[in-house]
Amino acid sequence: MSTTAVTPIDEVKSTPWSGGRSPFNVEYGKMMMWFFLLSDAFTFSSLLISYGALRFSANAWPAASEVFKVFPYVSENAPLVFVGLMTFILIASSVTMVLAVEAGHRNSKKEVITWMILTVVGGFMFLGCQALEWTHLHSEGFWWSSIPNAETLKEFFTGNVSYHDQASSAHQFANLFFTITGFHGFHVFTGVVINIIITVNVLLGTYEKRGSYLMIEKVGLYWHFVDLVWVFVFTFFYLV
Amino acid sequence: MSSETTEIHAEHGEHEGMTKKRILKVLGILTLITCVEFFIALVIVPHNAEFAHNWANPIYIILTLLKAFYIVAYFMHLKFERMSLIFAIIVPILFIIGLILVLTNESHHWIDLRLPF
Repeated sequence: MSTTAVTPIDEVKSTPWSGGRSPFNVEYGKMMMWFFLLSDAFTFSSLLISYGALRFSANAWPAASEVFKVFPYVSENAPLVFVGLMTFILIASSVTMVLAVEAGHRNSKKEVITWMILTVVGGFMFLGCQALEWTHLHSEGFWWSSIPNAETLKEFFTGNVSYHDQASSAHQFANLFFTITGFHGFHVFTGVVINIIITVNVLLGTYEKRGSYLMIEKVGLYWHFVDLVWVFVFTFFYLV
Repeated sequence: MSSETTEIHAEHGEHEGMTKKRILKVLGILTLITCVEFFIALVIVPHNAEFAHNWANPIYIILTLLKAFYIVAYFMHLKFERMSLIFAIIVPILFIIGLILVLTNESHHWIDLRLPF
């Protein structure tokens, strides 16, 4: 009847793009996480593209199959195997994170805890592997603006490359490698810290009281982003 | 669309998408792509200089973008969000292509700067 009829102006306001609801149809925090990750994607792509530009203009570049051929404590000549392990660890921890999100949708506290703990363990394993790799490169002489001695350096290059080219490209390689994997490792570290905080909250029943495990989804986005960045770092530092 | 139907749609949207079966399928795809990358890097490239020079890098980049698609679309659930959110995230990413073009062009000139006089 006339009392329940909707006036035209109210009708307009109820549609998604006219102020009725969020046009994105996601919760505020989740939308902000997406926008943060977008800005972080710009940061990482700037780093990786400047790496690409420097490498592209260099006369020579250390061969990945020579620089990354050591599997700490296991083998001295296993090119890329160690970084392969790191990649699988990160993918696996990404999968346990989706499984935690999936369990959260079913409000199954017990399963969420199991998968979150596995995700944290995966994060620590990755950080441990990265620490071993950095230690190994450091023992060879690589560090920020520091390169191995001429004798060691020679082994990282194939073909006839002058010492000047070897030294300048090794400097660039060292700076870029430690900066970019360091920045990624810092993201993994903060991701692990956030995951631990969230796991403690799940244990305390915070999200059970709230009635929704949406927070798992938000930190999940961050954790998958870390995996996503690693996919690119892996390709451009270890394969190309 | 009235606000009520949007709300109902949202409830469904939150829950559909990633079942355990689908998660394992995406894991399988990601693992397979990574294995292919290793196969190229460790088996094909050392024995085939022509392939290594012309084909290896474009193939790595295509496979990487494919992996990125599966992570963003399924693990980050973007494929199941609203079209407006998908565009809000994907369109700005396209600016990165601009930076790639500018810096690859620029690095051509850096090569000349490095030439001994």
